[in-house]
Amino acid sequence: MANIQEKITKLFPDATFEEGEILLVNIPDAKWHDLAKCLKEDADLHFDYLVTIVGMDWKDKFGCVYYLRSTTDNVQISVKVTTEDRENPMLHSVSDVWNIATVYEREVYDFFGIIFINNPDMRRLFLSIDWKGYPLRKDYDMSPENNPVPRENERQEDVTYTYVENENGKVEKKTITLFEPNDFVVNIGPQHPATHGVLRFRTAVDGETIKKIDFYSGYIHRGIEKLCEGLTYPQTLHFMDRMDYFSGHHYHHALCMVYEKALGIEISRRAQVIRVLMDELARIASHCLFLGTYCMDLGATTMLFYTLRVREQILDIMERTCGARMTFNYGCIGGVMQDLHPDFVKDVKALLAVLPANIKEYNKLFIGNVIAKGRLENVGSLSREDAISYGVTGPSGRASGWACDVRKTHPYSIYGELDFEEVVYTEGDSMSRTKLRIAEMEQSARIIEQLIDNIPEGEYCVKVPKVIKLPAGHWFQMVEGCRGVFGVYIESDGGTSPARLKLAPPCLPLANVVDHLTRGSKIADLITIGGSLDYIVPDIDR
Amino acid sequence: MEVTTKSMPYEAWKDNEYIEQLVEELKANGTNVIVGSFDKLINWGRSNSIWPLTFATSCCGIEFVSLGAARYDMARFGWEVARSSPRQADFMMVAGTIVHRMAPVMRRLYDQLAEPKYVIATGSCAISGGPFRNSYHVVKGIDEIVPVDVYLPGCPPRPEAMIYAIMQLSRKMKVEKFFGGVNRKEKIEEFLAAHPEESYD
Ligand code: SF4
Repeated sequence: MANIQEKITKLFPDATFEEGEILLVNIPDAKWHDLAKCLKEDADLHFDYLVTIVGMDWKDKFGCVYYLRSTTDNVQISVKVTTEDRENPMLHSVSDVWNIATVYEREVYDFFGIIFINNPDMRRLFLSIDWKGYPLRKDYDMSPENNPVPRENERQEDVTYTYVENENGKVEKKTITLFEPNDFVVNIGPQHPATHGVLRFRTAVDGETIKKIDFYSGYIHRGIEKLCEGLTYPQTLHFMDRMDYFSGHHYHHALCMVYEKALGIEISRRAQVIRVLMDELARIASHCLFLGTYCMDLGATTMLFYTLRVREQILDIMERTCGARMTFNYGCIGGVMQDLHPDFVKDVKALLAVLPANIKEYNKLFIGNVIAKGRLENVGSLSREDAISYGVTGPSGRASGWACDVRKTHPYSIYGELDFEEVVYTEGDSMSRTKLRIAEMEQSARIIEQLIDNIPEGEYCVKVPKVIKLPAGHWFQMVEGCRGVFGVYIESDGGTSPARLKLAPPCLPLANVVDHLTRGSKIADLITIGGSLDYIVPDIDR
Repeated sequence: MEVTTKSMPYEAWKDNEYIEQLVEELKANGTNVIVGSFDKLINWGRSNSIWPLTFATSCCGIEFVSLGAARYDMARFGWEVARSSPRQADFMMVAGTIVHRMAPVMRRLYDQLAEPKYVIATGSCAISGGPFRNSYHVVKGIDEIVPVDVYLPGCPPRPEAMIYAIMQLSRKMKVEKFFGGVNRKEKIEEFLAAHPEESYD
């Protein structure tokens, strides 16, 4: 930590530092782009992965907190950049340093109205072009009259904007057209069975070859981050089940951990084991559903029935303990909501007994199938550098050779003591993404096997204060969800509800990379590639 | 007249009053024997092969997938033919939250469904906005946008509940006059009359 600080001070004397769990660098906006370049390109620092950009409104000023991670030694750092201009807030873009920043900055622009100079695509991301105001600003007018439910079809533009500085420092707005005049643009979605939800791709094609895709989301943007600002801390938890509804346990785990960290609560070993067990069971269920729906997209309908068999068995186990099939709301501050069902161990063992045979069957039915091979192999190959630059984590990132599993890089809960392998492939094509998920199911089963006979006695939930108040400050926590790294940033002003809760989902980068992966492929491969990334649309939109 | 489906006793149903009211209307209006028999025949066919439109925006949609798979197996009831094109579907299971950007799209899909068409509002989000009711970008119930035939509460409703909801819909189909009304866009006209200030095109 200290030498990073020294190095930055030497090059950027006006940077200031705040120590914390993650080093925070304050830098004036004018220097930020240079610092970003240095942080990424310097061989010792090498912060090549941009985890998230947190837009902030501190009432007196706007700003962004950037979370960066180095993929060589997994060191993390955060950078804070602010602007005091409330009328025309502007910051410099870093979209040329990290590819994923383009879409993250668009999100900040959509929510806070901060313009990023030099970002090539300054459009709104989730809200329509006629939307009044920026919802995550503290002075946003929430009344429904301000933005009534639209009765007409949405107005759309085929252009985007970019803001550039000219020689004398003035910022000019420039218009860029998205597609060339004689491009043939096919609209896919939002109501299309193969987009896995309400996502839309505007696809420019040349014959059958894809030239460019403009991904268009917001069809399920529910405003969870803003809603959380009006709720107490325990109330915010239930939204975690409703974003990526397969990673409900993982997301709960992340948010609970960040609250417990802030409150200084130590949870019991039993609760930790239960949480990890649930996470891994959910991972198996999620990968099963992925395989089923993915094969269905490709025309192999029967697979769904095979994979849902295991998933239903897992849902039964969860239902007995949590009381619900999908929206479990199981993790809570201090532990878990209820104790395990008396039959839990027995049921899980029954599952473990049938799982290997099922996995064998999946491999036999689908992975070894010549049609599947023909359609998946060498389709949509993603290199390791691109995976990092586009922030593609989870199974999709690992299939490209990037060992990005948070359970290994920053072990949380009891993952540090468990014996399991991080599966990493190098091909980066659709086939390896599919195979990797099957291999991960085996690893999850291995974790469950280690724990199921050693669930320690103790309380499942420690005593916590009735009214939960976080001390003033900010915290960040990542977990490994089913689809990749899920990050939570929380800022508290000492009250009973969060001042800002930022959820950094893994699926936004996954959907964003579709354009990069499909260029030059055939239109039928769009389904193969999109499906193999396995994004969940409500998770993109929140 | 007791309107029910096979192997389900009449007393086991909820909301029988609503169906009875429909039956009363049917009786009061009267019809001639031949048309009435044709009505019965066609309704028997319709109510046993209700084809859903594949339409899901979020969590509730996943339970609909479970409903289609082997364990809950909606094929037993003749509903398994989920269509991706609204032109071929009989009803729309609005499963998931509907937000501002989606509202006109959903409306368009509804308009594209062939008459006679039905809507089931699945889950608390579709009914009222559910957990997201206070959000700036969520529609507070789809009945602001389209007429709803069956409300199915739950977050998400269990697959069994979904079966029950579609069975209720099939019960409703049985007491309609196919040749005198359902086919003639009466429902949508009523709906538009009840929502006068809004213009749709
Ligand atoms: S009702 Fe519940 S489960 Fe259904 S879409 Fe809404 S939040 Fe999801």
